[in-house]
Amino acid sequence: MKQMTCPLNGLRNIDEFIYGGPLKPIPTADAPAQAWANYTFGEDNAEGRVFEWWLHTPSSFWFIAERDTVSDEVIRTMAFADLQATASVDP
Amino acid sequence: MTALPRLPSPHGRLIDRSQPIGFRFDGRDVTGFAGDSLASALLGGGETTLARSFKYRRPRGVLSLSGFDSNVLVQIGPDPNVCADTLPLTPGLPDIESQNRSGSAARDRGAWIGLLKPFLPVGFYYRSFFRPGNVWPRYERIFRARAGLGRVGVTSVHQAKDKRQLFCDVAVVGGGAAGLAAAMEAARAGGKVCLVEALPRLGGAALYGPEAALEQLRPLIREIEAQPSITVLTGAFAQGLYGDYLLAAEAAECFYKIRVKAVVLASGAHEQPIVFRNNDLPGVMLASAARRLIWLYGVKPGTRAVLVTVNDHGLETALQLSDAGVKIEAVADLRGTRSARHDALAERGAAIHLASAVYEATGPGGYFGGPVASVQLARLDDDGAPTPFGPPVACDLVVMAGGYAPAAGLACHRGARLVYDGTIDGFRVENLAEGVSLTGAANNVFNLATETPEQVNHPFPIIPHPLGNDFVDFDEDLTVKDIKYAIADGFAHGELLKRYSTAGMGPSQGRQSALAVLRIAARENDIAPSEMGTTTARPPLRGESFAHLAGPCFHPHQRTPMHRRHLALGAQMMPAGHWHRPAFYGGPGERESAIAAEAAAVRSAAGLIDVSTLGKIEIFGPDAARFLDAVYVTTHGGQPVGRVRYALRCDGGGSIVDDGVVCRLAPEHFYLTTTTGQATATHRHMLWLKAQWRMDIEISAVTGAYAALNIAGPVSREILGKLATDIDFSSDGFPYMTVRMGTLGGIRVRAIRVGFVGELGFELHVPALYGEALWDRLLEAGQTHGIKPFGVEAQRLLRLEKGHAIIGQDTDGLTTPQEANMAWTLPKKPREFWGRAAVQARAKAKPERLLIGFRLTDASAPVPPECCLIIEDGEIAGRVTSAAASATCGGVIGMAFVSAALAEPGKAFSIKLPAGGFISAQIAPTPFYDPDQERQTL
Repeated sequence: MKQMTCPLNGLRNIDEFIYGGPLKPIPTADAPAQAWANYTFGEDNAEGRVFEWWLHTPSSFWFIAERDTVSDEVIRTMAFADLQATASVDP
Repeated sequence: MTALPRLPSPHGRLIDRSQPIGFRFDGRDVTGFAGDSLASALLGGGETTLARSFKYRRPRGVLSLSGFDSNVLVQIGPDPNVCADTLPLTPGLPDIESQNRSGSAARDRGAWIGLLKPFLPVGFYYRSFFRPGNVWPRYERIFRARAGLGRVGVTSVHQAKDKRQLFCDVAVVGGGAAGLAAAMEAARAGGKVCLVEALPRLGGAALYGPEAALEQLRPLIREIEAQPSITVLTGAFAQGLYGDYLLAAEAAECFYKIRVKAVVLASGAHEQPIVFRNNDLPGVMLASAARRLIWLYGVKPGTRAVLVTVNDHGLETALQLSDAGVKIEAVADLRGTRSARHDALAERGAAIHLASAVYEATGPGGYFGGPVASVQLARLDDDGAPTPFGPPVACDLVVMAGGYAPAAGLACHRGARLVYDGTIDGFRVENLAEGVSLTGAANNVFNLATETPEQVNHPFPIIPHPLGNDFVDFDEDLTVKDIKYAIADGFAHGELLKRYSTAGMGPSQGRQSALAVLRIAARENDIAPSEMGTTTARPPLRGESFAHLAGPCFHPHQRTPMHRRHLALGAQMMPAGHWHRPAFYGGPGERESAIAAEAAAVRSAAGLIDVSTLGKIEIFGPDAARFLDAVYVTTHGGQPVGRVRYALRCDGGGSIVDDGVVCRLAPEHFYLTTTTGQATATHRHMLWLKAQWRMDIEISAVTGAYAALNIAGPVSREILGKLATDIDFSSDGFPYMTVRMGTLGGIRVRAIRVGFVGELGFELHVPALYGEALWDRLLEAGQTHGIKPFGVEAQRLLRLEKGHAIIGQDTDGLTTPQEANMAWTLPKKPREFWGRAAVQARAKAKPERLLIGFRLTDASAPVPPECCLIIEDGEIAGRVTSAAASATCGGVIGMAFVSAALAEPGKAFSIKLPAGGFISAQIAPTPFYDPDQERQTL
């Protein structure tokens, strides 16, 4: 079984986590309906490094994992706030 | 068949000669010893034909004795396909039966199928039974009856093996010389080590070799067993290496999950058969199997042996067999150079033939076939073409030493590949993952003293025979010709060849066939073997039992604080997710009457229901109101303190997912409820939104922290008035849809005035530990008023009379607020909320279906179960979502989704019953009961 490092609780078995989908910017209120449809139903299914939401269920802590979808390697995990503070991505 | 005496010590290292164990095999009594495997006990007991092959029902015996071939799988009581090689012989085994035969393994009445072999080429099934399209199921029934291995005992007792978690720095797989050295080295370096060995004792291949080699290892074994930082697991088979270095190992009584930082594979190598005609007869076995028999179990595998070998390990084996009293009749060595070992064997009377091989083995003939009786030898020319010579050599044992393939399956689970290396004429492991290393025979090092690769393989140990039966894959009965045909059919690539021919797809997963298949395919494709690709190995290495995988099943149960009270009152409990809730109070036979009496009590006097399973969430902070507005369809920003509002939540697709009530306890403090089933999901969703919106709020899930009771009925206010309280429960002081905090009967309470069941009622939330006390006090106070506890069933009936939909019961995963007649929940002023875009987009279209109330026209008709279809003009026009017999409404009422065209008051439609037949119903306005909402606002 794989393991993942929860930024709050440290290294834990993967069955304590739930996948929350890729990190993507929520459209603004005035965005056209198509933008919302893409946000709600569209998935990039990108190859390579992606940012994803993950939840550590026993502590109900949501955080961001950077994962390689080809090698299934979790490169790093961080609180969303820390990603916003440092990241090159603009969620 | 009489048991032969076992060889004297030091032969038989694993058996305890003082403990004989009797068992039955195919109806005959056999005796073995404690320490025997089932296969060694059978051979020791004089049995030779232990099974029949999968396809042609050929007689089969022991091949590797390592558990890595599928020759000897047996049925033990209800358990099919048990590997006799590795099953420890224990007292009290149920009767053991061979598989794939009619009668017994030795006398299989179904052996005639072998005669059809020339007519059943590879791919026969694919090509013959696919046309016309409907014919396959009929053939399949016939084939299924004949093929397949054992029978699953459907009445067998459910087994559950424990899981054990281990943590260490280094796991070493294999307790032979290489593994022992690796484990000790890792421990000396300060590591915590776990040593996993499949045999019951440490020693590896030295355990099945002469004393001298084992004697050399004994000090190391003693040192390791005394070393506290090394955990030794014997009798444990490493099944798979999974992500992030989780090693799974299966032992008789438990399943180990070993989390490691590095893995050393000292798992040895799989000895390979040599391909010649009838190389699958009982009595033809690998050299390592013969050594295992004599050294581990003291079983003499035969009396007159012929050796066919490509390396010195075969010669050594022949010498050891000779020492054990087996007459070596002949040695056929595929190599051309004579050595001292050949001379030693010649001195003992063996005829030595260099550049020679076995051309054909012959059994006793006859319908049933049987163990090997003689072999024909052949000389090989420079191209490996055989020329038979001399008379057949009589023998009852043929020992094959065909070289080795590394047992590196665990490395392959982490991405390593086997590649054919022309310099050693065999497989080498490439692309090892970080933290995985190989040592010993798994790394093609057989002589630990020199650590240099030793030539143990032959480029082509395959002697094809014009009459066939030269088996390449024993699992699937595939011969040289089958592989050639598959390539001729166009399936030349390794992966395609495997799938078309099924080579390597049986239980042994190509461990004894992959090399031979690759060599034949390379020759047919006219390329170097190293250019042929190999196939991918995935965990587990061997068959796993469900008992090991599933382990003990743990089902969480959640009980409300009043659970004991419900049981004491004789409640019939029903599951609601992980929760247990009272369905109704009374005996199982009193269902209808109990539900009716409970509902009547609520309508005429008062009822008390445990609603602790509702999800409960508290939200604090300056942004709390803004947050709720952004989560819920319903508007809460302007909700005054002390007021309660219905709350409806949609998903991003604009479908209803949850509802509840939101109470504003203070300007920056909200207390809200969710449906029982969505408590966790709603909480998680809110946390997720909070994380990205970065709002200044705190969210607490307090479902388990509060017990909740709902007292409902016209006299509920009088009952509450009998308890000491600082809350004004009067109509003016505590209007409908408001919340009050205070004490009731000495207990701190949040009282919420809501009307789910349509009567004057109060939902009382108290700290969980006080749930029982408040329950008791209310029932006691209400005794003289006719209060009755009521369960989920009565509540469902009462809310149905009020036309209140239950989210998840009367709605489904696509229901919009419009379809559920909840358009009134949408904000009056434009506002952003989760799912807003989708809700608006879907609201533009006219709904295709609507949730409506109906009554059955015929008062005596049965209550239609949920999901009964509504049929209109022969087409499906909707489905029933709830229905119940209501005494209050004088008939059967219900709710249903119907097509928009049908959704007009008074319109009649028919409902199809599950057993067939139709009942008629009429659309009726909701609420069915008290349409002016007078009773709940009293």
